[in-house]
Parts: sequence; structure tokens; C-alpha cells
Amino acid sequence: MPGRFHPAIRLLHWTMALLVLAMLFIGIAMVSTAGPAYASLLALHRPIGIAILLLAVLRLAIRFRTGAPPLPADLPRAQQRAAHASHILLYLAMIGMPLIGWAMLSAGGYPVRLSAAWVLPPILPQDLLAYGVLRQAHTLVAFAFFALILGHLSIALVHGFVRRDGVLETMLFGKTVTDEAPPMDEAGPPSAEVVEEGTEEPAP
Amino acid sequence: MTVSRPSAPMLAAIAAVPALLLAGFAWAGGWIGPARIGGGTIANALEYNAGKHDGYRRAHAKGVCVTGTFDASGGAATLSRAGVFVRGRYPVIGRFSTGGGNPFATDGRNVFHAMALQLTGPDGQVWRMAMDHTPIFPVATLDAFIALQRASRPDPATGKPDPALMKAYLAQHPETKVYQDYIAAAPLPDSFANGTYYSINAFRFIDRAGASHAVRWAFEPEAAFGALDKAKLADLPADYLFTDLGARLAKGPLRWRMTVTVAAPGDVTNDATAAWPAGRQKVGAGTLTLSAAEPEETGACRDITFDPTILPDGVALSDDPLLPARSAAYSSSFQRRALETPGPSAVGRVLAGKETR
Repeated sequence: MPGRFHPAIRLLHWTMALLVLAMLFIGIAMVSTAGPAYASLLALHRPIGIAILLLAVLRLAIRFRTGAPPLPADLPRAQQRAAHASHILLYLAMIGMPLIGWAMLSAGGYPVRLSAAWVLPPILPQDLLAYGVLRQAHTLVAFAFFALILGHLSIALVHGFVRRDGVLETMLFGKTVTDEAPPMDEAGPPSAEVVEEGTEEPAP
Repeated sequence: MTVSRPSAPMLAAIAAVPALLLAGFAWAGGWIGPARIGGGTIANALEYNAGKHDGYRRAHAKGVCVTGTFDASGGAATLSRAGVFVRGRYPVIGRFSTGGGNPFATDGRNVFHAMALQLTGPDGQVWRMAMDHTPIFPVATLDAFIALQRASRPDPATGKPDPALMKAYLAQHPETKVYQDYIAAAPLPDSFANGTYYSINAFRFIDRAGASHAVRWAFEPEAAFGALDKAKLADLPADYLFTDLGARLAKGPLRWRMTVTVAAPGDVTNDATAAWPAGRQKVGAGTLTLSAAEPEETGACRDITFDPTILPDGVALSDDPLLPARSAAYSSSFQRRALETPGPSAVGRVLAGKETR
């Protein structure tokens, strides 16, 4: 078992964390104003959304191939299940939000314009009611997504700084893996990667 | 493994991270900080002015769909690289409407006659326009637009705006007085067919070299001008303009020439209340031919929004603050009516009445 997520997953995770947060802030700011920022934010919103969709699909494919490090064995079953479910929801939101946005614009008869000369085709036939429902869903899912991210972030910090169980480190770079607490599953032998990292730790 | 008891400062630091993000989100969304004017605020102001008419556009609620073509002459291709300016014929859908939020208002009012168009270029890129029959607009800014909607709300008792409110508004906004004087004096077209329709806002055309040209444009009718008698507007049949349009189209297509006006250096592009001085370079872009009208119930125009910021490559926004405001407001209006069931249109009702007769 690897001690951390695959480096590509970690890179994608942090890149997407920035993009998704930026996107939620852009989206909520955009609909709050009819000032000059509206047009600029709208012009950013669509290409970033499609970028997130592509990155999320790529990430899911890599994630299926490379798996995830196991959660600490002492983590209660209910919490393990909640962790699993919340990660499924996060992936659904990362892929679902851009698709809802794209479908919504399609149903509303809007061109899905990413840049000056790049317009995506519609993915739904034009339908007024579908537009209204999808647009509302786009907002509601955005709030749920943001709440999920806040929960994810808070729990990651609790793992890293309260439980100190190595879960946060599975998504980090650098040699910050705790040397005091052996990460992951106590029952199994520590992975070669972790041992190696431990020995490479420069002496203070 | 054992979990060491976390210190209070540690827990506070951990809680601070999501709390800060949440506060930032609330700030970005405008829930904390100074009150913000969004598309919904504008839609609310329009509903306040005209009453709420579920299922209809919050402005220019009374309309009819039209279809036709645009024959580009190639004349504007030097100013803009938009595909629709390359010599050729391109499909058009559009909508004629009268100003205001009441979908069954009488046509006998001295208000905007409007023509909205969607041109689809050879590359499939669409261009939406929402034009009025006046070259200038009553306000230049979003704040003024909202203030005007509030001040000009017809008093339910008299059917006219409260003169005291209007007076206070006009004291603050002399630019609206300029518009009022214009529309009081200018002849009101007696048909949708013989009105000239103006872009209202300035835009930028981007040419093949990437250079930007500040422009406005107008669609000038082929049909001979005729004016309504403003003293007898109240006597006009309620759907006069819409009936007239149907009758004219039954006889043959209607045409307009699209003329682009290029700004001279120093012409302001961020003030829709001010026309550019005469003598500016004018370029013919092509001919619009509208050949058929259809009620909104069956036409292609009802279920899209003629957001004038939906532009093809080669056309870009100017610094006019009304453009993003129109986009945000149209979007809110569109979202609201999308979730309400669209009601019958005035034209649809008339046609339905004829069929049963």
C-alpha cells in the first residue's frame, strides 16, 4: 500500500483546490453584481469551469488506477464510511457542477463561449423550464459543494494537527510525514516509501 | 494510536481556516459589506415599476417573434472580423416589442419600439442585439436606471408617475430630461416596419489585425416613415403595431439597412444618453430582411434572452456600464420567467380569438 496519494493526484488535488475555490468565489460574486465585474467574471467562469471538468475526469481516471492510501485502522467505521461518502460527493460535485452549468446554458439557448473563437456545442436541447431548474440547481449545488469543501478542509486539519495520524500527509508534498506517529495501518508493515523518507530526513 | 488532547489555540486556529473562507465567501457574494446591485435588484426594480407578470420578460414584455436573413455586403468586414460581416446570407431570428413590463399593454403609448435580433454567422457564432427606436437612452448608469424605475412607477390611482418623485429624480439626473425632451418631440413611428433601431450602447469592433474600433450601429428601414398622432394615442387599438406588422409581412418581406457609425477620437463610449456628433464615418454592413412573424407561443424568440453582450468573435463590449447591467438584468429576468409558466402573448391571444370566430 502506498503511504500517500500518487503524485499526479496530489498535484491535481491542489491545483483543483485553487481552481474550485476561485470558481465558487467567482460564481457567487458574479451573480451578486450587475457592475463591470459581472462581464469579466462571467468570461472567466466558463473556461475555468470546463478546465475543472477536464481535470476532474483526468483525476478520477488516475485515482481509479492508483488507488488511495488506507485510512487509519483506529478510525471508527462510521467515520471511515463518512470519509468515503464525502469523497464520492466531492468528485460528483467537481464533475457535476461544470456539467450542470454547460447543460443550463444549452437549455437556455446561450452559446457556451470559452474564448473569443472557441464555442462549445450544446449538450441539451433548448428548453426554458430545464434552463430555470438547472440554473437553480447550479446555485444550490454550489452552496452544497462549498459546505462540503469547508467540512473536508476542517477534517483534514483535525487529522493533521489533532489526531496527527498521517491522513493529511497523504495529500502533501515534501518530507513532512510524521516521524513520531507511524502513519496508516498499524497492523501492516510500514511501507518502503515511508521508511526511506524517514531515513532521508536531515538531522537537525 | 492515541490522540493527544488538542490545545485550545490549536483548535481555534483550525476553526479559523473554514471561518475565514466562509467570511470571504459571504463577502464575495455581497451578503456582508456594502449593499450590492445585482441582476436581481434590477429585475425587482422593473417589477416594482410595472407590476409582476409571471412568465413574461420583466422589460419589453409585449412582443412577437420574427424570422429572416441578413445579407452582409462585406462593407463592415474591414472594421470587424465577425463571420457575419463576410459577404453572404445568414439566418436571423428576432423579436419586435414595446417598452414596459406589461405583456398586454396598449400600443398607444409613447414608449420604446424595440427590435431584438440574433444573427448566426457562417462559423455558427451568434450575435444578439436588443435595439430601440431612439438613438439615446434615458440613463447612463445602473444606479440611475434603478432610481428611474422607482421614480416613474405609475401611481395605481392616477396611472401616472408621482410628479414629486419624478421632479426629485430629474433634479438628480438631467440626462433623463434630455431623453424626455427628445422622445416628446421626436415623431413616433406608426409601424415596427418603418422605425430605425439603434444599438443604444457603444461596442467595439475588432478587425483582422486585432485593432479595436468604437462603434454604434443602426438598422434603417426601407419602408416609408409614418408617424402616429401623439394626441390620439389613447384611441389606438391595443395591438395596433403588432397587427400592422402581421399585415405588412403578409404582403411581403420588410428590409432594413445596417449602418455602422465609427467613433471619432474623443467620442465617449460609456454614456448611452449622449449621441455622437454628426459627421462620423458611416459604413454599410448589409441588409436585414424579415419575412415572417410568429406569436411567441410558437416562435423561436420567446425561450431565449436577447442579451446584447452575447457577441461573436470580432465584436466586443465597450466600457459602457449599461452593458454588463443589461446582461445581468436579462439573466435574472430569464431565470425568473423560466421557472414560471410562460403565459399567452398578446398576438397569440388575438390569433386564437380569430380562429374561434
